[in-house]
Amino acid sequence: MREATLPQPRRHGRLVGRLVLLAAAFFALGFALVPLYDTICRAVGFNGKTLKDAVEAKDLPPAAINFNRKLAVQFTSTLMPGLPWEIRPLEPAIELHPGELRTTRFLVRNLSDKTIVGQAVPSVSPTVAARHFRKLDCFCFKQQTLAPGESREMALTFIVDGDIGEEISELTLAYAFFPAPNPS
Amino acid sequence: MNTATHTLDHHGDHAHHPTGILRWLTTTNHKDIGTMYMTFALLMFFVGGAMILGVRAELFQPGLQLMKPEFFNQLIGVHALVMIFAALMPAATGFANWMIPLMIGAPDMALPRLNNWGFWLLPPAALLLTMPFVLALFGIGDGAVATGWTLYAPLSVQGGIGVDFAIFSIHILGISSIMGSINIIATILNMRAPGMTLMKMPLFCWGWLVTAVLLIITLPVLAGGVTMLLTDRHFQTHFFDAAGGGDPILFQHLFWFFGHPEVYILLLPVWGLMPHVLSTFTRKPVYGHTAQVWSFIAIGVLGLIVWAHHFLTAGLPVPALLYFMYSTMSISLPLAVLFFCWIATMWRGSMSFETPMLFALGFIVLFGIAGLTGLVLADVAADAQYHHSYFVVAHFHYALFAGGIMGVMTGVYFWLPKWTGHMYSEKLGKLHFWLTVISFNLTFMPQFFLGLAGMPRRIPDYALQFAEFNAISTVGAFALGLSQLLFAWNVWRCVKGGEKASAEVWEGTDGLEWQLSSPPPYHSWETQPVVK
Repeated sequence: MREATLPQPRRHGRLVGRLVLLAAAFFALGFALVPLYDTICRAVGFNGKTLKDAVEAKDLPPAAINFNRKLAVQFTSTLMPGLPWEIRPLEPAIELHPGELRTTRFLVRNLSDKTIVGQAVPSVSPTVAARHFRKLDCFCFKQQTLAPGESREMALTFIVDGDIGEEISELTLAYAFFPAPNPS
Repeated sequence: MNTATHTLDHHGDHAHHPTGILRWLTTTNHKDIGTMYMTFALLMFFVGGAMILGVRAELFQPGLQLMKPEFFNQLIGVHALVMIFAALMPAATGFANWMIPLMIGAPDMALPRLNNWGFWLLPPAALLLTMPFVLALFGIGDGAVATGWTLYAPLSVQGGIGVDFAIFSIHILGISSIMGSINIIATILNMRAPGMTLMKMPLFCWGWLVTAVLLIITLPVLAGGVTMLLTDRHFQTHFFDAAGGGDPILFQHLFWFFGHPEVYILLLPVWGLMPHVLSTFTRKPVYGHTAQVWSFIAIGVLGLIVWAHHFLTAGLPVPALLYFMYSTMSISLPLAVLFFCWIATMWRGSMSFETPMLFALGFIVLFGIAGLTGLVLADVAADAQYHHSYFVVAHFHYALFAGGIMGVMTGVYFWLPKWTGHMYSEKLGKLHFWLTVISFNLTFMPQFFLGLAGMPRRIPDYALQFAEFNAISTVGAFALGLSQLLFAWNVWRCVKGGEKASAEVWEGTDGLEWQLSSPPPYHSWETQPVVK
C-alpha cells in the first residue's frame, strides 16, 4: 500500500471571484431594470404610460389641426381600495380633431370626514396611442388634497398629436385614483 | 471512455471524522453533503405533498368543506415554493454533490466548507417559509404567504407577515443555491481528471454546468425583486405602486426573468442524467453527445429571453407578444434535438426494463406531453383562453412532476446501489413506477380538460360542471401521494441492507463513477484517473 498522492491543490480564487462578481452584477441589473423599464415604457408607450411631465405650449408642434379627422376620446376613472372618494368625468366622451387643444374636467369628492391626499395615475389605451397624448396641465401631475366632504372640479388640458396613426379612431384615458403613499 | 486508474484498494481506510450529529453538522465530504441534500429533499417532498393533498381534498367536491379560502391560498403557494426550492433543487444539488466528483475523477468538490454552509442554510430557510403556519396557531400573524408562489404585487405588498417570511426564506435559499452553483462550476472547470476535455465530460455534468450558470444569472434578479417588495412593504418605496410612480407589471418581469430559467434549472440536471440511464439499459453508447451539449447551452441561452410568455395577457403590446411567442416556440427546437437523441440512443439497443429505465421511459413520454402543451400555451391567441386556468397547472405538472420528480427518481434508482452498496427491491421499484405513472395521469390528465372548460387555478370553490374531473383528480392525487411512501420505504430498505451491488452495478455502465466500488470509499479519486 502506498501513500495516496493528492492532486496539486488548485487555485479557485480567481474563478470564484469572477462568479461572485457575475452574481453581484445581476443583482445590480435587477435594480437597474427599474428606471430602464420606466424609460422604455414611456418611450414606446407600453402599458399605456403617458409622458410624465407637462408639455409647454411652445414645445408643441406647430398647431396643425387636422380638421379632416375626428377622434373619439373617452374618459374613465376608478378608485383604488382605501380611498373613500368619488370621481367621475364630467364629459365621459368627447370628439376632437387631432392637434386640437382641449380641456376637460373630472368631479372629485371626498366622502369621508377626514382630510385625504390622493394621487391620480393615468393610462391610455390602445397603448400605442399613449405617446401621442400630450398633457399641458393635469391634476395628475401632483397629489391632490381634499378636505372632509369637499368636492372639486379637476382639470386636464391636452392635445392629441396630429401625427397619431390613421388606424386609431378611438382612445380611452383612464385615471386610477390612489391614496397618496407619502402625502407631502 | 478509456481510463487508466491506479489501484483503488488503499482508499476508504482513513475516514477520520466525528461521529453522530457532529459528523453531519461539520462534514465537508461531498458524499455526506450529497446524502444530506437528498434526505432533506425527500423530507420536504412529503411536506409539500401533504400540503397539496389538503388542497386536493378541498377540491374533491364543489363548495367549501375543509378550510377557509385564506388557508387554501397559503397551501398552494407554500406547496409550490417547498417543491421547487426545498425538494427539486436540493435533490438536483444532492445528485451534483454525489456524482460530479465521482464522474470527473475529482477527490471532492472545489470548496468543501462552502458546500457545508450551502446545505445548512436550507433547513432554516424551510423553517422560515413554513413557520407562519405554526405562528398563526398561536395567534401571531395570519398564516403563511397566501399569494401563490409568484408573489405578484400589489397582492404581496398588501399581504400579511407570511410574505416577509417568504421573502427572507427566498433570500436564504437563493444564497444557498448561488454558493452551490459557484462550487459546482469551480469543481467542473478546475478539477476534471487529466485528459477529460469539456467535450468528453459526462452529460450529467454538462446539464449541471448550464444550470449553475443560469442560477448565478437569474437568482440575484429574483433576490433584487423580492428586496424591492420588502422595501415597498415596510420602507415606503414604490417600486410596484402605481400611485407612487412604480409599476406592478415590473414585478412580473423581475419575477419571471428568474422564474422561466428556473424551469430549465430544475430540468437540465435531469436531461443530463437521462442519457446515462438510457445508454446503460440499452447497452449502447450515448447518441449525439455533442449535439446534446449544444442543446443544453442553446436552451439555457433561449430560456433567458422568453420570460414574458408567463404573462402574455398582462397587456403587452403586439410586437412584444409576437417576440415572446416566437422565441418561446423556438426552444422546442433544441428540446426536440434532445428527444431525438434519447430515442436514437435506444434505437435497436438491447433494452432491459429495470426500474430506472422504466422511469426514464415514463419521463420521455410524459415530458413530451409537457412540451407539446407548452407549445399550445406559448401561442398568444390560445393563451388568452388558457392563461391562469387548470390547463396551465396540468402543463407544468407534466413538466415538473413527470419531468422533474420522475427524472429525479430515475436518477435515485439508477445511482442508489452505487451510493449504498446495496440493490433496492426491483419488485417494489416497479410497483412504485406503475402506481406513480398511473396515478399521476389520473391526477393531471383531467386538469387539462378542466382548464379547457374554463376552470381557473388557485380557486378553492368551483362551478358544478367541474365536479367529476375534480373528483377524479383528487382520487389520483391521493393515490400518487401514497405511492411515494413505497419509494421512501424502498430507499430506506436499500440503505439498511440488501443484495450487494457490484462496482459496475448495471450491465452496460460506462464512466469513471462505475470504476469505484459500491459504495465508493469515503475519500475517492485521491489519485486522479487519466482519461484517454
